[in-house]
This record gives sequence, C-alpha cells and structure tokens, in this order.
Amino acid sequence: MSGPAEVTEKAARAAAPTRGRSLARVATARRQWIVMAVLLAVACYAPFQLVPFRVFQLTMVLVYAVALLGLNLLVGHAGQISLGHGAFFAVGAYGSAIMIDRWDTPHLATLPVAAAVAFALGLALGLPAMRLRGLYLALVTLAIAIFLVPLLKRFEAVTGGSMGLTLGKPVPPAWTGLAEDQWLYFLALAVTVVAFLLAHGLLRSRVGRALHAVRDNEAAAEVMGVRLSFYKTLAFAWSAMFAGAAGCVYTWVIGFVSPDSFALTLSITLLASIVVGGLGSFSGPLLGGLFMMFVPSISQDVNDAAPGVIFGLLIIAVMYVAPTGLAGLAGRMTRSITKILRKE
Amino acid sequence: MAGFLQEIVEGLGAGAIYASLALALVLIYQFTGIVNFAQGELAMFSAYIAWQFMAAGLPFWLALVLTLAVSFVGGMLIERVVIRPVEGAPELTVVIVTVGLFIFVNAAAGWIWSFLIKDFPNPFPGGAIEAGGLSLGYSTLGIMAVVGVVMGLLYLLFQHTKVGLGMRAVASNPSSARLVGIRVGWTLALGWGLAATVGAVSGILVAPLLFLEPNMMGGVLIYAFAAATLGGFDSPVGAVVGGLVVGVAETLAGAYVGFIGSDLKVGVPLVIILFILLLRPQGLFGRAAVERA
Repeated sequence: MSGPAEVTEKAARAAAPTRGRSLARVATARRQWIVMAVLLAVACYAPFQLVPFRVFQLTMVLVYAVALLGLNLLVGHAGQISLGHGAFFAVGAYGSAIMIDRWDTPHLATLPVAAAVAFALGLALGLPAMRLRGLYLALVTLAIAIFLVPLLKRFEAVTGGSMGLTLGKPVPPAWTGLAEDQWLYFLALAVTVVAFLLAHGLLRSRVGRALHAVRDNEAAAEVMGVRLSFYKTLAFAWSAMFAGAAGCVYTWVIGFVSPDSFALTLSITLLASIVVGGLGSFSGPLLGGLFMMFVPSISQDVNDAAPGVIFGLLIIAVMYVAPTGLAGLAGRMTRSITKILRKE
Repeated sequence: MAGFLQEIVEGLGAGAIYASLALALVLIYQFTGIVNFAQGELAMFSAYIAWQFMAAGLPFWLALVLTLAVSFVGGMLIERVVIRPVEGAPELTVVIVTVGLFIFVNAAAGWIWSFLIKDFPNPFPGGAIEAGGLSLGYSTLGIMAVVGVVMGLLYLLFQHTKVGLGMRAVASNPSSARLVGIRVGWTLALGWGLAATVGAVSGILVAPLLFLEPNMMGGVLIYAFAAATLGGFDSPVGAVVGGLVVGVAETLAGAYVGFIGSDLKVGVPLVIILFILLLRPQGLFGRAAVERA
C-alpha cells in the first residue's frame, strides 16, 4: 500500500523545484518584457530630442542591428560561420534600389521582395555548403563576399556599375508631421521591432530548439531526429533574409548604393560586431549595432586603420575572456549588482 | 593553338603563386586542424617587411632572407601567443580568432605603411625566352622555380630530417607523439613558423605583380582556398596541384569565356569550391575524414 504513496510523494518532490523554477522564469520573462517596453518608449522619444545627424546615426544602428540579428541566428544559435553576410546585405540593398530605380516601386513595397530574394539566395547557396562542416561554409561565404563586388560592377546597365545608383528617399506622409530623418528612423525602428519579434518567435519554436541542438552537439541532435542539413540550410536562409531586409532599409536611409560599400570589409565588420555584441544573446545584435556605428566614427579621427586594429584586438580578446560578448558582460554585471543589493 | 598554350603557361605562373599560399594553409591545417583565414594577410605583412628592408637600402636577396627569418619567428610567436589559448576549442572559436587576426594584421599594415599602393621591385629580369612560338617570361619562370625550390625543401625537411619526422608524428597523433618525447607545443609553433615563411614567399612573389597594399592578398587568398579545397586540405602535393589547376582554369576562363572576361575571374574559385564540396568534399588528394562523435 505504501508503494504508490511513496511514488506520488517522490513525484511531488521532484515537481516542486520545477514549478518554482518555472515561476522564476515567468518573472524573468515579465521583467524582460518591461525592459523591452521601456527601451521602445525611449527609442520612440529619442528622435524628437536629437539633432538630425544623431537621428541618422541611430537609424544606422537599427539597420545594422537587423543584419546582426540574422547573423546571430546563424552564428550564435546554429553555430555556423558566415564571412559573407555583407553580400546578402548588398542583395537586399541593390534589390530595393533597382526596383525603385527601374519601376518606381514605392519604397515600402520593396522590403518583402528584397527579403524574399535574399532568403531564396541563402537557400540556394546554403544547400551545397551546409551538407558539410561549418568550416566550408565560411570558405564559400568568403568567396561570395569577394565575388560580389566585381559582379555588381559588371552588370552596369542594371546596377549602375562603379558609379552606383542614386535614389530618392521615402517621403514622410503629411499626416505624421515628421521630418525626413525622423520618418526614416521610425521606418527602421518598425522593421527592427518586427525582425526581433520574428527571431524571438522562431527561436522559441521547434526550429529554434533544433538549431540549439545542432550547435551544441551535432551527433546527439541527429540521433534525436533533427535533420542537420535541413535545419542548417534553413538557418542560413533565414539569416540571409534578415541581412537582405537590413540592406533594403539601408537603401532607403542612404539613398545611394555603390559596389564598394559592400566589399569584404562589411562582411567582416558584421561578424566582428556580433562577436563583440554577444553571440546567441537577445541584446547582442543591438549592442553590436551600436559598436559597429560608433567605434569606427570615433576612432577614425586617430587613424584610418584604427577601427580595424580595435575590431581585430577586441574580437580576439572577447573570444578568450568573454565568449558571450558585451551582452554577456552586461548580464553578469546586472546579476552581481542584484546580488549585492539583495545582501544589504 | 600557340595562343592556347601561351594562356596555359600564364596560368601555370599564376597557379604557382596560389600554390605557395595554399601550401602555407595546408601546413597549418595538417598540424593543428585550423584553417588560417589570416594566412594571406600574414603574407602581405611579410611583403611589407621585405619592402621596408629594401627601402633601408638592402639588396633584394638579403632582404628576402631577413624577411623569411622574421616571418618564421613571427609565425611561431603568433601560434604561442594568439592561437595557443584556443587550442582544442570549438572550430567556431578558432575561426573567429583567425578572422580577428586577419582584421588586425590588415589594419596594422595600413596604420604602419598607409593604404597607398607602393611599388615593389621585381627580382626577375623583364625579358622572355622564345621557344616554339611560346614566350616564357623570366618572371613566370622565376616564380615557378622559387615555388619548386620551396616544395623541394619542405619535402626534404619532412621526409629526411628528425624534426620533420617529429612534425609528421604530431600531425598524425599528438598524444602518442607526446608519449614518445616529442614536444608537441613547440612542434605546432614550428608548423606555424614554417607556414608563415612559405606564405612570405608567396607575398613577395605577388607584390611585384599586384602592387603592394594592405588588401593585396584578399583575392589571392580565395584562389589559395580553392586550391587547397581542390587538392584536399590535408595534402601538400594536392595544394600545389590544386594551385596550378586553379591558375590555369582561371586564366583560360578569363581568356576564352567571353562572359567572364578579366573582371569576373574571381568567380572561378567560388565555382571550383562549390563543385568540389558537392562532388568530392575531401579534395582530389585528401583522405575522407571518418569521424566518431
């Protein structure tokens, strides 16, 4: 008679900590949403307080953050390396620019097309590369990044060759009463929010869990029934899509595209920024975007090569001492501060 | 027909340069399982060091020897200081570290020597040998000879010296090598030093053809990767054969496929890499890796 009772008791004891943990998780999740809401409120308020140039800089931070979000999906969550995400960024930027230039497509309508083209391209290129180890993906993407610039210069009739294409920027609708830079900022903000929600949902779904499994142990993931090549290719295509969307917004904001803006440096800077921002973390892309925008603009005064020296040293240092990047450091700091506060 | 043969000769000349950089990549891969994305930049940096020696008034061949020595020590130092902390770390970490090295070395060269292009003297005379309607440039011949000598020296080192035997032991099984008394750490550093030296040769061979500037090796690196993929990342012979094949393929594609022309030639290595990965991922001379998870 005592058997089943013991079992239930054991089960209850086993369940109790789980329930406690899940409550804590709900609390953290709620806190996260509050932080997000506050951040969003600040982000909406900022453009009314800053000079247009600062608003432009913040807009570029958002553009980079969307691209880094995609790269984070691939590198941080699926554990694959891309040295050519600048190429997908360029595909989005040129896709949008060509549509606006040739067919006078409204700016906003180019976004889904640019994203879809980048997704399809990511799928096509990921298929051969993903059948193999991550290393080969790095090789293939590096080759793509180098090949893209001469390719863009070659099809001069469509891409405008080395001279590039100059385009009109989106005009703010009269009812908003916003200046051009503010309107661009809010467009970029909207795209960023949607992109973050998409990525968040994606990572919580079975796709996200499959990606984490692939990253942490390929063999174990495969045994559990995760189709490695399918999920790796999918992750690559998704991340290309985010980069393409970011490129499209870039075209709106800058109003000009030229091949040399999308050279290998862009791809490498993207990788460096996400590593420094924090691989596999939610705020990593935003911190990386801030880093990518402001570090070069500040350090360029010292020397043209200073941003590269800083990026190179930081990326190595981060890999040694803080593999979770700025986001991880920020999290660690918050935790230790909370601990100190609780003790007192 | 003579034109076709001439293109092949030109291709072999270019291929010899790719082969030398691919050889450096393969050397490091064999010992450490690392694909060094910074290899091209290290070669570029070595070329700058040679330029600096010559600017100080040294004759070319003395500058060459000094540069090779500096590169060797530099390569060993990089292994000890930069790579050692991530030895045995996941592939992702190691690749990111070499990419960091790539960015750093590239920017450092720009900082020290500026991004303006510099003239680099060609060590070989300008003329050409005319034979049977073909003209063999002394420069092309010289490059092939240098790469041949480097290969021969490496062969002698690996097959006929005690150091080489130790290096092969480490490449084949590091823990067993350690048990028989080989200092594995130093051997790995030696491998990096050798690779940096071979890379320096390719940098110095490239510099007169492309002009010296910090981004000089970006394109060459892709050809070298294609060569190493084609030949197999674990086969030095494969790297050389791969380099020559890539060089010839690129030159012929540029000359005879109108669509490609001279500006889209850099797409050739991309196509080669993709095809090899699809058809024979271990490369022509490589061994297929059997992994136990």
